[in-house]
Amino acid sequence: MRFDLLTAPVDGVSEAYDVVGGFDGTLVAGLLRPGAEQIAALHGLAAAVSGTPLAARVAEAVDKTVAGSISDEHLAALVAARSALLGAAHDALLAQLDEAAGRSRDLWPAAVPSAPAGAENLLAAARSWLSDLAIAGWRGIDHDLVSHADQAVQALLAEPRLRRLGALLDGFAGELRACAPGATMPRVPVRRWADLWARALLLAQPGALAAAEAGTVSGRLLPLGIDLHEHPTAVQAQVHAVLETADGPRLVRASVAAPKVDTLVGSGVWQLLRGHSSLLAAVTEQRAMDLVDMPVTAGGDLIWTDGHARPGAPAEPFATARVQLATAAAAPVPPLERHPVRLAEPVLLEGYTVTPHDDGVTLALPGLTIEVDVERMHSAGPLTPALVATSTACIGLLRWDGCWTIQPLAVEAAVKRKTVAVHAGAWAGGAGDAAGAKAEAAAADAVKVLRERAGRLLRR
Amino acid sequence: MNAAQKPWEERSAARVVAPARPRKLAKVPFVELADGRLQGVVSSGSDIERVYVSSLTAANHSFHCSTNNNRPCGGIRSGGCNHLRALADEAVLQYGVERVARYLRADVAADATTGAAVLAAVNAWHEPSAGAPVFSRFLRHLAYLELPATTEPMPELHWFPAGGAVR
Repeated sequence: MRFDLLTAPVDGVSEAYDVVGGFDGTLVAGLLRPGAEQIAALHGLAAAVSGTPLAARVAEAVDKTVAGSISDEHLAALVAARSALLGAAHDALLAQLDEAAGRSRDLWPAAVPSAPAGAENLLAAARSWLSDLAIAGWRGIDHDLVSHADQAVQALLAEPRLRRLGALLDGFAGELRACAPGATMPRVPVRRWADLWARALLLAQPGALAAAEAGTVSGRLLPLGIDLHEHPTAVQAQVHAVLETADGPRLVRASVAAPKVDTLVGSGVWQLLRGHSSLLAAVTEQRAMDLVDMPVTAGGDLIWTDGHARPGAPAEPFATARVQLATAAAAPVPPLERHPVRLAEPVLLEGYTVTPHDDGVTLALPGLTIEVDVERMHSAGPLTPALVATSTACIGLLRWDGCWTIQPLAVEAAVKRKTVAVHAGAWAGGAGDAAGAKAEAAAADAVKVLRERAGRLLRR
Repeated sequence: MNAAQKPWEERSAARVVAPARPRKLAKVPFVELADGRLQGVVSSGSDIERVYVSSLTAANHSFHCSTNNNRPCGGIRSGGCNHLRALADEAVLQYGVERVARYLRADVAADATTGAAVLAAVNAWHEPSAGAPVFSRFLRHLAYLELPATTEPMPELHWFPAGGAVR
C-alpha cells in the first residue's frame, strides 16, 4: 500500500464540493423564495453540469426554481446534478485509493433494463413530503411537517422492495423530529441533511429501487471484520471478507439488517441479526465459511442465504489481511450508490506510530498521517479508541468525509506484554464478557416486553 | 499530511442526535420527545390489558393522561399524575435530563438529575386532549419488531454509523 498517494488532493473534488455546498445552502432557507446568494448557487450547479447530458434539464429546473414555480420534475433534475457531482467525486477518490492500494477493480457491467419496483403511489407520497421539505427549508420545518412523513414511511417499510427508502426516510425524519422547530436550531447539519434528502429523492424516482441483478459465487469466504450501522429504527451489520474463487481472491461484503426500536442499542442489537445469517457466528468464532452458489450482486454484495454456506476451517482475519488483501480484486460500485460516504475500503495498516489526543487518535504511517474515525467506533464490541491507541496493526475501512480517515475493524495490541487481536465485531455471534452478556439479556428482556405489549394491543 | 477534518456542518456523517440509552421497559414501554411533547405509554399496575397514554406539551406545559380507551386517569393532581411522573423518569433515563429539559423548555437547575426535577420546573397543568395520536405512535413503535430482517444491502445506512464507543 502506497499511503503517500492518499495525501495529494484529488483533482476537482474540492471544486465539486464547493458547488454542492452552494446548493446545500439553498436548502437551509428553502427553495420557495431564493435570495441573490441562493440564485447564484443554483446557477453554479447548472454551470457545473453544463457539459453533460443533464445540462438542459438542470438549466430549466434552475430557471423555474428562481421564478418560484418548482415541480417534482425540477427537484429531480437538481438532485440529479448534485448526485452526479458527488458521484464523480466518489469515483475520483476511489481511483486514488485503488492506486494507493494497488487494487484492481472490475468495470460496472453495461446497464440492463430492470423492472421498476412498482408501488408508484408510495414513491409519489415520499416525493411529495421531500418536496415540501425543500420548499420549507431546514429553518422552516415544524412538528407538523415532520410528522407528515409517518404514513409514507410506514407504508414503505412494509414493502420489501422499498424498504431501503423507508429506512432512510425514517432515520432522516427522526433527526428532523428531534431538532424541530428548525427556526430555533442552534446549528444546522447542512451537508448531512442535504445528502439524506437528495438520496431519498433519488430513491423515490420510479425504477431507482429495481432489484439488483444477482449472479452466484462459490469458494472459501474469509471474514475481515464487521462494520455496524444503526439509527433509532434500523441496524445493519456489513461483513467485509475475502472470497477465494476459482478466478482468484475477491473482496465481498455480506449484510444483514433488521428493524428495531430506539431503546435497543449497543451489543443488544446483535440478537436481532444473528438468526438471519450464520456468518455472524463464524466471525465470532474466527472461521471461514464455504460458499456454494451464493447469490451476489455486480457490486460485490453477497445476498446471504444460510443454505448456501457451511462453516469451514479456523481463519484468522489478520492472516487473511496479510496474505490476501493486497491481491484481492474489488467490485465496482453501483452507479446510484456513488457518493463519498459509501467509500469503505478494507485495508491493513502496520508500522505506524500512534498519537492519542483529546478528540481521538492519530496514526502516522510512512508518507501519511491519518485520523482514526472514532465516531464510527461503537459500543457493541470490545474494540475501543484506547486499544487503537496501543495498537501495532489495524484492519480498517478507509473512509472519506472531507478527508481520509480510518475506521478500525480490528487491531493487534499489546495487552500485558502479549500481542492480542481485538475485533469490533467480536460479539456478533455471542457476548464475549459479563458486561456484554448483561446488555444482551437486558435487550432480550426489552424485546420480550414489547412483543407482549404488541400481542395485547396491536392486533385489535 | 492529510487534509484537516471538515467542520460539523460540512460532514455527511455528522452526528445530529445522541443515541437513546437502554432502560427497562416493563413499566413504561414507550416514551419519546416528538410532536412538541414528551409523550408515551405507561402500563397499568392492575390490569394487563390497560395502558395509560400520557403527554406533556413543550409549548404551554399542559399535560394529559387517559387510558388507551380514552377514560380519564383517576390520579390527576395539580403538577401531574403518577403516570406522568413515571414517564418523565423514564424519559430522563432514555435521553438524559439535559435533552428532556431542553425539549420541554424547562428551566431546571444545573445539578438536576431526575424527571421529578423537570416536572417541578414546568409546573404542569391539566388540559384534556386526545390520547389517540400518542397511542397510535406507540402501536407504530411496536410494529417495528414485527417487520422482517433482510440480507440485502442497505447502502444508505453508511450515513448512520453505530457509535457510542467509550473514549
